[in-house]
Amino acid sequence: MRAAAIIAGKEIRDGLRNRWVIATTLLMTALALTLTLLGSAPAGTVGASPLEATVVGLSSLTIFLVPLIALLISYDAISGEFERGTMALLLSYPVSRSAVVAGKFLGATAILAVATVAGYGAGGAALALGTEAAEPEAWGAFVVMILSSIGLGMVFIALGYVASASVRDPRTAGGIAIGIWLLFALIYDMALLGLLAADQGKVMTSEVLNVLLIANPTDVYRLLNFTGFSELSQFAGMAGLAKQVYFSTPVLAAVLAAWIVIPLAWAAFLFSRREV
Amino acid sequence: MSGITVCLREVSKSYGSLAAVKGVSLELREGERVALVGHNGAGKSTLIKMMLGLIGASAGTVSVLGKDPSRRAAVETRSKVGYLPEHVALQPSMTGEELMAFYARLKHQPVSANQEILKRTGIAYAAHRRIATYSKGMRQRLALAQALIGNPRVLLLDEPTTGLDPALRQTFYTIVQELSVNGATVLLSSHALTELETQTDRVVVMNQGRKVADGTLAELRQQAQQPVRIKVTVDSDQVTFFPRIAGAGLEWRRVSERTFELCCRENEKITALKQVAGTSLPVSDIEIIDPTLDDIYAHFLYREAAE
Repeated sequence: MRAAAIIAGKEIRDGLRNRWVIATTLLMTALALTLTLLGSAPAGTVGASPLEATVVGLSSLTIFLVPLIALLISYDAISGEFERGTMALLLSYPVSRSAVVAGKFLGATAILAVATVAGYGAGGAALALGTEAAEPEAWGAFVVMILSSIGLGMVFIALGYVASASVRDPRTAGGIAIGIWLLFALIYDMALLGLLAADQGKVMTSEVLNVLLIANPTDVYRLLNFTGFSELSQFAGMAGLAKQVYFSTPVLAAVLAAWIVIPLAWAAFLFSRREV
Repeated sequence: MSGITVCLREVSKSYGSLAAVKGVSLELREGERVALVGHNGAGKSTLIKMMLGLIGASAGTVSVLGKDPSRRAAVETRSKVGYLPEHVALQPSMTGEELMAFYARLKHQPVSANQEILKRTGIAYAAHRRIATYSKGMRQRLALAQALIGNPRVLLLDEPTTGLDPALRQTFYTIVQELSVNGATVLLSSHALTELETQTDRVVVMNQGRKVADGTLAELRQQAQQPVRIKVTVDSDQVTFFPRIAGAGLEWRRVSERTFELCCRENEKITALKQVAGTSLPVSDIEIIDPTLDDIYAHFLYREAAE
């Protein structure tokens, strides 16, 4: 996929030039450092290590922030190029449409990965310098958090491409992207909680709940980060849930991967059918 | 098949109920410069986009360099095709050099060859500047430069000369000439035949999605049978004799004191001139007005409309 690599390189360069890379990196670094420094203060009173508290805090933040950044990077990628007229020229080159989607996806992922690793890495480094040695298991959770945050970003980049490939007007794509964000980051969980409360466990067995949870990528992310480690889940507000969740970390990772691959394939399909 | 680079057979394209192209057959050969002329909305851009595989044909077959461009298998043959879009859109945040490097890599061409192309299109001096700072003419030069990457065998230029300054137009035609001498097929679209002047070997006229004429300029002239006008000015003392002497079977009209005009067919032109020359009248001026390209073009459009 030579062409995809060339397009990915151009996307990264565009990201550097229009300050996307620097802006997202600074934003994530600032938030990670704030959470690290503030979050480590009250941790002592509830008996959690500062690192664990930081992982919980950053994960909660990631659920809202990373999908938003990912959608902002991606919603314009296809419809915007069509509108500006650059897509017709690009597609007249020896490049397959799937290579265009793959290249753009790789480029956007690289931008997001740099911002996540640099930002959260800075938070982790601040913590490592400032406190006594944390449990190795907690550092494992930290690494899982960074990797799954990038994964969550990839899910929403792919979803953003679906929005971008399905409509003509990039503004409409932007509207759909906001809808996707609201649905998965806010509405879905609120509706689920409402259902659980109203249902009183009659229809909503734990099996049904599990299926409903993995039907939302942000919940897959939650399960990966809040319930994979016993110490964390106790003060993440998800402890009750964790007892009923059967999914292991590899299974959750596979579900997240499916959440990346399926929307991306769908976006590529929509794009391949589109006429210039 | 040798020599044929682009081949369309009974190609149609419709968008819903709107038929943009209706049953067009067309063959373009190596080294040919072809003008594709028609109004806005006549189907020129649609035709070009089908040749590029950007859109698929609703009916009929399209073949470019032996492959159907809308198929996946044709992706690589596009490295031998150059395209200049109607509305040139180039990433404004990139410099000319960066843009050319990007496109050269996509076409598997050495980036080092770009400098030569940029010189040829006269934009090398601004190659290190951002495209956002370019004027329209500079953008057009850069857009032409990208179309020339990798010595294309087929060059599809969609309204390339619209709104160009004369200097750039000259550069443009010089390059087109060089390319066709080297065996490339060059297709230029335009909404006015006059814009293309004598720079093409062949003219294809499109109207409302149909091909209404196809041939060399001389052939089209012949087909159109537009009248030639001959104006003769004679010395004043001989005025009254002129119609009688030169008039054998031809209807000379007196348009002013000393000027007579004849509207005749292309093939009567020589006869009329011989008669005037044979009269030994003191003729002070002869003016022959051939039908203009616009007259010929209009002929094909109105003939279509009348049907």
